[in-house]
Amino acid sequence: MATTAIEKKAPKQKSDVVLHYLRPGKKLPHVWCSGCGIGVVMGTYIRALDKIGWDRDSVSMVSGIGCSSRMPVYMDFHSLHTTHGRALPFATGIKFNRPDMNVVVITGDGDALAIGGNHFIHACRRNINITAILINNNIYGMTGGQGSPTTPGNAFSTTTPYGNSEKHFDPCSLAAAAGATYVARGSVHAVPQLEKLIKAGLEHVGFSLIEVITNCHTYYGRLNHQGDAVSMLRRFKENSVSVAKSKNMTPEELEDKIVLGVIHEVEKTEFCNEYQKVVDSLKRK
Amino acid sequence: MARILMKGNEAIAEAAIRAGAEGYFCYPITPQSEVAEYLAKRMPEVGGVFLQGESEVAVGNMLFGAASTGKRVFTTSSSPGISLMQEAISYIAGAHLPVVFVNIMRAGPGLGGILPAQSDYFQSVKGGGHGDYRLLVLAPSTVQEAVDLMMLAFDLADKYLNPVMVIGDGLIGQMMEAVEFPDSDPKQNRVNLEERKWAATGAKGRDPVIIKSLFLDPLELEENSLLMDKKYEQMKKEEVRYELYKVSAKNELLVVSYGTVARICQTVIDELESEGVSVGLFRPITLFPFPEKEIYREAKKKNIKTVLTVEMSTGQMVEDVERAIIGAKPVKFFGRTGGIVPNPEEIQGKVLELIGSMKKRSTSSRKRK
Ligand SMILES: Cc1ncc(C[n+]2csc(CCOP(=O)(O)OP(=O)(O)O)c2C)c(N)n1
Repeated sequence: MATTAIEKKAPKQKSDVVLHYLRPGKKLPHVWCSGCGIGVVMGTYIRALDKIGWDRDSVSMVSGIGCSSRMPVYMDFHSLHTTHGRALPFATGIKFNRPDMNVVVITGDGDALAIGGNHFIHACRRNINITAILINNNIYGMTGGQGSPTTPGNAFSTTTPYGNSEKHFDPCSLAAAAGATYVARGSVHAVPQLEKLIKAGLEHVGFSLIEVITNCHTYYGRLNHQGDAVSMLRRFKENSVSVAKSKNMTPEELEDKIVLGVIHEVEKTEFCNEYQKVVDSLKRK
Repeated sequence: MARILMKGNEAIAEAAIRAGAEGYFCYPITPQSEVAEYLAKRMPEVGGVFLQGESEVAVGNMLFGAASTGKRVFTTSSSPGISLMQEAISYIAGAHLPVVFVNIMRAGPGLGGILPAQSDYFQSVKGGGHGDYRLLVLAPSTVQEAVDLMMLAFDLADKYLNPVMVIGDGLIGQMMEAVEFPDSDPKQNRVNLEERKWAATGAKGRDPVIIKSLFLDPLELEENSLLMDKKYEQMKKEEVRYELYKVSAKNELLVVSYGTVARICQTVIDELESEGVSVGLFRPITLFPFPEKEIYREAKKKNIKTVLTVEMSTGQMVEDVERAIIGAKPVKFFGRTGGIVPNPEEIQGKVLELIGSMKKRSTSSRKRK
């Protein structure tokens, strides 16, 4: 991968860490609206990854299409920007052929759960050692604010002008039910916690999903009268409860609440390892 | 009805409503998402159904189901989305169902870009899915024509019980032009389900129908394919549509182009005319059936030395033009792609270059004599 000598220099200050991993000049400036939460997720992800200390050449970042899926393009790793909804099959292809690589998928709620819904549940089921960060802004940002599978019932979008008649997915419940072994939810208003959740997801062996609650004030906020970026973050903060606290709450009390923390964590055999065992067993014969 | 200023995508949506469409299934994609946004509001107003599917694969199959009920149904998408519908299109054709597809083309391949292109000609005309089927393909060059062809598309889909594809380059969807709609009540154009014996409308007083494209017996499958072929032959006889612009015996060169590119070519032809160069335009409106005989008729006129095909692609329709002309005249090509709309100057340059080299050739051949 082409990286200049300047980029490779170790960051001097803590604040330089993020810049150290970006692709200066070539792909920046980014496409995100000012105040968009996706940039917060990118910075947080980079700090988490930097703490683990993985070599950049060992990391492959894969994404589909959407505002959130633009993220890998801006970072200096092995980046694959693929088809809408199908980042996980691409990532599976990489990981299965190169189990030594750290494969990370960045996806949006539409990308992962609508057009990519089938791929999403199967990646979970296989428990392949991939980390997926699902940036959930409850809407299709890139194409102009259409409803997504996480647009809540009755909410407005450009394709639900009378309020949404459909029900929404809870990505964390879906992932846990489908077989993912690390499932967590963070939010762009709670950055230190988000960093911990992403770091643990990256280190977990098996399929990890980190859902990040994010503001799209440009479409979701505007169409649902939730104001600008700051008021949306404030709203997230006011509506959030920890996993521990949520355990003592009734379903009615939990309605409209955002539960933050590790939702589900179990140990199960990992797909690439299991396959390797088959190969090894045949070698011995 | 009065003329109103409307964006192409919204005009297409309203035209479908006026044509009596009762079902619209979609998945957002630039540059045609305005159709969905318009119909999200409009469909429930007229009591029809609007559904944003989970993907274009879902949409294609929802249409298969919806068309089976006998109602007029359609979708709009853009190139990558239309690619995902190809499986359903093949099944819908095999099952003899009327569905209208609209492709507001953007530049490919792959994700490509979001700017206008005509690079899905092959996919639309030659069959993007598997099997022996054809789509009836209509290509508007103005927003008004998009409205008119949308209305026609539903009629043709019903007439042939075959999917119809309307292809417009991204410009058709995005530009605003004055349009006029027929004064019809949307409900008046709705189909009478009683008359649709092939539809899944219950089996009271008749044998049940099975809507399928599966025929395990090869003789039965061949019979189905031959039945389809008969429809395509009938289309070739009855549905060829095209427009001529400044076509005359004086033309030295014939331009063939479709969609909005044809309008740019008109500008070029006007400009050349004022400089004393006579060029005619042949604009196919149906891309399948392709106006083969008609292009041949125009191209073989005595004065015409060369035929120039202009497209927003690296050359797709040009193959059909070559096929139509069967060597009677040289066929040349000019195209821009990647989302670049050719400007009149570059097309004019190409025309003059061809006419210039034709002149050179004829003088040098005279010298040799
Ligand atoms: C096959 C296909 N269909 C549709 C699109 C258009 N498209 C691009 S991004 C997108 C939605 C993205 O929404 P989401 O995943 O929620 O990400 P966000 O932009 O909100 O971050 C769509 C529908 C496409 N690129 N490819």
